[in-house]
Amino acid sequence: MANDTLTAIEPILDQYKGAARDALIPILQEVQEQEGYLSRDSIRVIGERLRLPTSKIYGVATFYNQFRFQPKGKYHIMLCRGTACHVKGSKKLLDAATRLLKLEPGQTSRDRLFSLEVVACMGACGLAPVININGEFFAKVTPMKLAKIIEQCREKEVVHAEA
Amino acid sequence: MINIVANGQKIEAREGETILTALRRAGIKVPTLCHMEDLTPTGACRLCVVELEGAQNLVPACSYPVAEGMKIKSHSARVLAARKTIIELLLASHPDDCLYCARNNKCELQSLAAELGVRHRRFYGTYTKKPLDISGLSLQRDPEKCILCGRCVRVCEEVQTVSAIDFIKRGSKTFIGTAFDQGLNVSSCINCGQCAVVCPTGAIVERSYVDQVMAALADRSKYVVVQHAPSISVTLAEEFGYKPGLDVDGKMVSALRWMGFQRVFDTSFSADLTIMEEASELVHRVQNGGVLPMMTSCSPGWIKFVETFFPEFIPNLSTCKSPQQMLGALIKSFFAEKQGIAPEDIVSVSIMPCTAKKFESGRSEFQQNFLPDVDYVLTTRELGQMCRMFGIEFDKLAPEAPDTPFGERSSAGKIFGATGGVMEAALRTAHLLITGKEMDELKIAALRGLKGRKETTIDIEGLNVGIAVVNGLGNARRLLEEIKAGRNDLHFIEVMACPGGCIGGGGQPLGLDKEAVQRRMKALYKIDTEETLRQSHNNKWVKRLYEEYLVKPLSERSHHLLHTHYSQRELLR
Repeated sequence: MANDTLTAIEPILDQYKGAARDALIPILQEVQEQEGYLSRDSIRVIGERLRLPTSKIYGVATFYNQFRFQPKGKYHIMLCRGTACHVKGSKKLLDAATRLLKLEPGQTSRDRLFSLEVVACMGACGLAPVININGEFFAKVTPMKLAKIIEQCREKEVVHAEA
Repeated sequence: MINIVANGQKIEAREGETILTALRRAGIKVPTLCHMEDLTPTGACRLCVVELEGAQNLVPACSYPVAEGMKIKSHSARVLAARKTIIELLLASHPDDCLYCARNNKCELQSLAAELGVRHRRFYGTYTKKPLDISGLSLQRDPEKCILCGRCVRVCEEVQTVSAIDFIKRGSKTFIGTAFDQGLNVSSCINCGQCAVVCPTGAIVERSYVDQVMAALADRSKYVVVQHAPSISVTLAEEFGYKPGLDVDGKMVSALRWMGFQRVFDTSFSADLTIMEEASELVHRVQNGGVLPMMTSCSPGWIKFVETFFPEFIPNLSTCKSPQQMLGALIKSFFAEKQGIAPEDIVSVSIMPCTAKKFESGRSEFQQNFLPDVDYVLTTRELGQMCRMFGIEFDKLAPEAPDTPFGERSSAGKIFGATGGVMEAALRTAHLLITGKEMDELKIAALRGLKGRKETTIDIEGLNVGIAVVNGLGNARRLLEEIKAGRNDLHFIEVMACPGGCIGGGGQPLGLDKEAVQRRMKALYKIDTEETLRQSHNNKWVKRLYEEYLVKPLSERSHHLLHTHYSQRELLR
């Protein structure tokens, strides 16, 4: 596992040969872009390269909302908690999402089907409250509507499995 | 020299220093929470704020440099109000369970609240509930009691270069944790406990085993024995308000007997034994082309540090167990046989200056037939706690001698408690092994003192032995890097994980300052100058043990009981 990670992210790290700790965030971004998340192995390898302790890297990465530490699910749900969506009731939507999916923001379900991420604003305030699943926007989502959307995703999987 | 005015009085300050340093030198007491001497100032807690004429806001004294002609008020009404508010805000998200807290009466937050006259809860804050981390054998963390001063993070990073913990997340969600917020037991933490020593509250404390020891003492079917480490006798008295450096060796022995321990042994005895084995191992390595430089293995924090960060140096570590584990192994073998007690009926307790010793005693390498060699490890602080429970008053105790067969010690075993002591003790015996003669001058001045690294070359009848002594793992890391880069003039290296050695250990009385450590060190070396038995190989009970049981150093039985091996650990599990 560790060796796989090393070969996968080696090209990224090679671009930053001789880099110091100030290169940490761009490296983390590129690794996440490629891998979808920051794994333990990649954090350990980055630490070895930059001579930074893993706790420090984890500390920096958790400071920002953009980094995740579990692989994305097949359905990656981004839920907006920006001002407009908040006014339109996105808090209730988030509560519903965590309840329905049994996930906290940043987590991925064990079957790797769903992952939940909270974002600050998607620039679609006219559609508030808005969610985005794998690039597709869903407008004016209520908890009821969210339950249906999630159900549809699940059904699709059952159909796939039967086919 | 810079002249500044503090509270209307002229005081002198030095170029480049902070307001806090100048004020404290002038005897003005400024409270701090996040400040640590010699480490990077962070200005996180703001408790040290002072009024600076011309500045709009209060400035933090700990990180604000002095300038010519500054006018400062350190205790104006505005300053005091600000300090009180800071404490009240910290208390807004701090549990109110002082009565049940391990740091009750020893808590800086508590005493500052008292000093500043906080009498009621002014703010009610919400805080993220986080569970206790009791995953480790040495330390436990209570994130809810943490005030985010960052002292533990800095000592772990800057002094020990371990960085097991750091700030995680942001803003009101910030907490201190390990990488991936896992338990300390699976982190790179080496259990040295320096974080617990610097923590101002009860957020990081040692895992206490006082209850288990009390239960064992009350259990009549158990034979409870205790050993105490070389440095305990010169630090225990501080728990009772005595000045650092008072040696209470004999009184401590009588206190332990009074508590009901059936045998009181001295770990300095097995320190002598360690020297016999370790010096023989060194001579063996030098004469047979073994791996050099050899590195001491008494400090369990250092051992885990090598296993985690420098596994390539594992062959350099002496195979000797630490004195605690040597004595533990002997108690449940030799002693048990001799007394006719089944090893499972013995409860072996040790009093150590160290939190990492708790972890060490739990290692699978140190068991015989699934029984741990040492059952419970208590720190100096926990022994202090037990003394208070038993109502022991040190000034009324008559000193007593420890028990045979592990009671006698040389002063070489005693100085194990200070950085450089193991080295000095080992050289006394190595000299005899190589030349057949005692050393003329036993004191090696170059190895004494609190400096982070001490190096010298000793000429043993034409054999030049390069030696280095380091304390604090940051210093150890720098030395290892040098050796990795090709340095090859060293034969023997002593490492103690904590600054100053065991006398500055993570289990020692709190309120650690350099002067206290200095006094503790002086006390140990005073014992060494005053006593006549100063070499481990002249300890007659050690000789007797070899005659009766172990045969000779590095014998098969010694290897089985007194030696071990270590293995690489993953940095992030």
